[in-house]
Amino acid sequence: MADRATEPPPDRTDFHEVEDGEELFVEPPEVQSQPASLAAEDISTNSNGPKQDLFDDDPEDLFAEATEEVSLDSPERDILLSDGPSPAITPITPPTSVITPRIGHAHDDMFTHSSFDEIEEDEGGDSLDIHISVSDPEKVGDGMNAYMAYKVTTKTSLSLFKCNDFSVKRRFSDFLGLYSKLASKYLHIGYIVPPAPEKSIVGMTKVKVGKEDQTSNEFVEKRRSALERYLMRTVKHPILVKDPDVLQFLESSELPRAVNTQALSSAGLLRMVNKAADAVNKMTIKMNESDAWFEEKQQHFENLDSQLRKLHTSVESLVCHRKELSVNTAQFAKSAAMLGNSEDHTALSRALSQLAEVEEKIDQLHQDQANADFYLFSELLGDYVRLLTAVKGVFDHRMKTWQKWQDSQVLLQKKREAEAKLQFTNKPDKLQQAKDEIKELEGKVQQGERDFEQISKTIRKEVSRFEKERVKDFKTIIIKYLESLVQTQHQLIKYWEAFLPEAKAIS
Amino acid sequence: MTGEVKEKMSVLTVHGHNIKVTEVLNDGDALTFIIISQKLSGTGEYHVHRTYEDFEWLQQHLFSQEDVPGIQGVIFPPLPAKSHVNMSAKVIKQLGFLGIGEWQLYCKALETFLHQVAGHSILSKNKAVEVFLTNTDPPGRQRAKKNILNRLSQAVEELRKEGHKDVDEFFQSERHHNHVMTCCARTAAEKFLDVVLTEQKMAVACGHFSTALHLCVEPGEDPDKKAFSRVCVKLSEVFDSMKKNMTDVAQNNMITLGLCLDLESRYQEAEKEMLFRRTCKLVELETATRNAERAKPVKKAFMEELKTATETEFEHINGVAKKEIAYFGGVRVEMLQQSLVQWCEKQLLTAKESADQFNKHLQAFSGMV
Repeated sequence: MADRATEPPPDRTDFHEVEDGEELFVEPPEVQSQPASLAAEDISTNSNGPKQDLFDDDPEDLFAEATEEVSLDSPERDILLSDGPSPAITPITPPTSVITPRIGHAHDDMFTHSSFDEIEEDEGGDSLDIHISVSDPEKVGDGMNAYMAYKVTTKTSLSLFKCNDFSVKRRFSDFLGLYSKLASKYLHIGYIVPPAPEKSIVGMTKVKVGKEDQTSNEFVEKRRSALERYLMRTVKHPILVKDPDVLQFLESSELPRAVNTQALSSAGLLRMVNKAADAVNKMTIKMNESDAWFEEKQQHFENLDSQLRKLHTSVESLVCHRKELSVNTAQFAKSAAMLGNSEDHTALSRALSQLAEVEEKIDQLHQDQANADFYLFSELLGDYVRLLTAVKGVFDHRMKTWQKWQDSQVLLQKKREAEAKLQFTNKPDKLQQAKDEIKELEGKVQQGERDFEQISKTIRKEVSRFEKERVKDFKTIIIKYLESLVQTQHQLIKYWEAFLPEAKAIS
Repeated sequence: MTGEVKEKMSVLTVHGHNIKVTEVLNDGDALTFIIISQKLSGTGEYHVHRTYEDFEWLQQHLFSQEDVPGIQGVIFPPLPAKSHVNMSAKVIKQLGFLGIGEWQLYCKALETFLHQVAGHSILSKNKAVEVFLTNTDPPGRQRAKKNILNRLSQAVEELRKEGHKDVDEFFQSERHHNHVMTCCARTAAEKFLDVVLTEQKMAVACGHFSTALHLCVEPGEDPDKKAFSRVCVKLSEVFDSMKKNMTDVAQNNMITLGLCLDLESRYQEAEKEMLFRRTCKLVELETATRNAERAKPVKKAFMEELKTATETEFEHINGVAKKEIAYFGGVRVEMLQQSLVQWCEKQLLTAKESADQFNKHLQAFSGMV
């Protein structure tokens, strides 16, 4: 592989030298038949994604695609991915992973299997034994340069990792950086990469200037929870969890600062996806959808998106009312206490004071329940609305892939026509050049077709996995929520049972 | 007035404690209340139809008993404010607890009013009470003449007398205590109303969420779709239960503690009015005394007589007031205790039912494959 890396392909006008040191060996996807050489490489950083799939029998110069690809990308993508492997080098075909030595024996399994399916079965499908928690938010530094550091703890029995139980400290931009790397590697080949949490200028500024109040604490907690969910979703993905960037994020004590995180937030991604979608539409792609499945699924996701947004609004309203109820209960408790204080009749006075205390406790229950409403439901629905943008994104990438393939075909046709004309002229050099170009384009067309089929295949699997995860996710959350509801009622029963004798004892 | 009017009758022929205001008839213009009282003789019931104006008629008659000595010392059971068929937001706000929901609470408040009137040693003797409760025909619509008992007639300058220093320590302290209690009770009632209104809003929000979930149900044979649809349906059932729970909690609050706090606050106001009347009489007495002292010999005897009459009135009022204050003190403690116990019992029951229901949902979800 080292050979490939040092041999810059000709005419790579858009060839970007990778900036950060760690990104040196961006995926030249290796041919399946040489696992041994890969394993021996001392490459300390990321692989480029899942191992190569069925189409690994054509060893070809994958750098060839690079320039074509760049021209189709929207400009945002370049900004977005400047931190990660450059688009110019990112091939469309599913590359093999560049295995890092520390993965050890696990990847023997990966190499003996030649298909995605088998890998999944081998790992037990979606029940990967790994749990991540994000905790202990700690303010580091002062003033506007301050930031929150979070402790990321991983507990796992997967052999992917060096230990079973370990922690690192990360800041918010690190999470965004991780997302950007994963997005640049996997989104365009059809993997649904979970989006990172939103950036929030207002929230963070308050925290930075040291405003220690209710709202800034709530903000930090909201963010902590979102980061945890983000990581869990990422590692639950059987392919993403093996990505070296993910492993590095979870394990390594020092992480180079992610730059340019402005565009890396979900909002930035959303903008990018929307712009890409617009670009796609502007190209007036009349895709001959040979597979009704895709059309149907796209419609299904449109519907789901609108339904989830409605639900989200509904839950927000519920959370709002419950918070209002808590405020009102607290105020009533105060007024009951005052009434009790002014009361002459001793037993009645005591009962009224007890009443005030009960109401204060109930207020606390309301607050806890409001948190459950929010953190369980509202955030779940919000997460899924954001996930759906990623889903839409992969569908759009599929369209773009198709378009590229079509463009190659059109170009090939033109070249053939030109060649035919050249036959009748006496320009052997030009003729040869034309023949060479045609050969190249034929390869491209075949690659384009393969890419399209691959991304379609990947999307099908991803969608199936997504749908199953969705059901599981909702069920898990709902069970947690019901437990909180039952718990609240039991508390109330305790409070009322304690109050009843006090009420009866008056007079 | 015709029918069975017993002109000289001053004793109530029905039980006071179990009068029921059972129904409201709404003919679009006015509300008519059906009042049922049990005959003392045990031989049956009286069913009468009364409008709010009839209640006012009764109240006016009670106010205008000038022949009863010390009548101004009575703490008159408070009549709820007038309700209308279609109420403006302002009126609803004024009514507080009595303005929310259906007429259930309003009827209960009217019922309580009648209990208190019929159970009052002085007031129950007024034949207007008998007429009101037993006469098939509506009582007369003539407005009784306005008198000092009608708060509306008290001119603004008289309110300055409210702070007038008392000659009696008992009453001075009582006036202060009552002032504090009136404020506290009113605030507590208002805050509790806010709680109940928010609970009702939450019930509505739960209902909306439940409905929105039904929109997520998609037809189709796809197993994932079916699984998700099942989840949505079951979840909407959970929110239906939440809605029921909230509704019940609000209802319990309203009909026990809410109603009680409302009554307590209005009753404290009624005592305040009584104390004010007494204070006015005190001022009158002090004026009469001064006048008698300063009167020229020609008028002196007359002034002295006036002073003596006023003094006697004042004494009567004091006597009645003291009894009323003691009586009222006992009644309100009993009332508060009853409603606190009822409130607690109802909320306890609701919490147990809800815990049960949520647990069933939890089991169903956990068991769902």
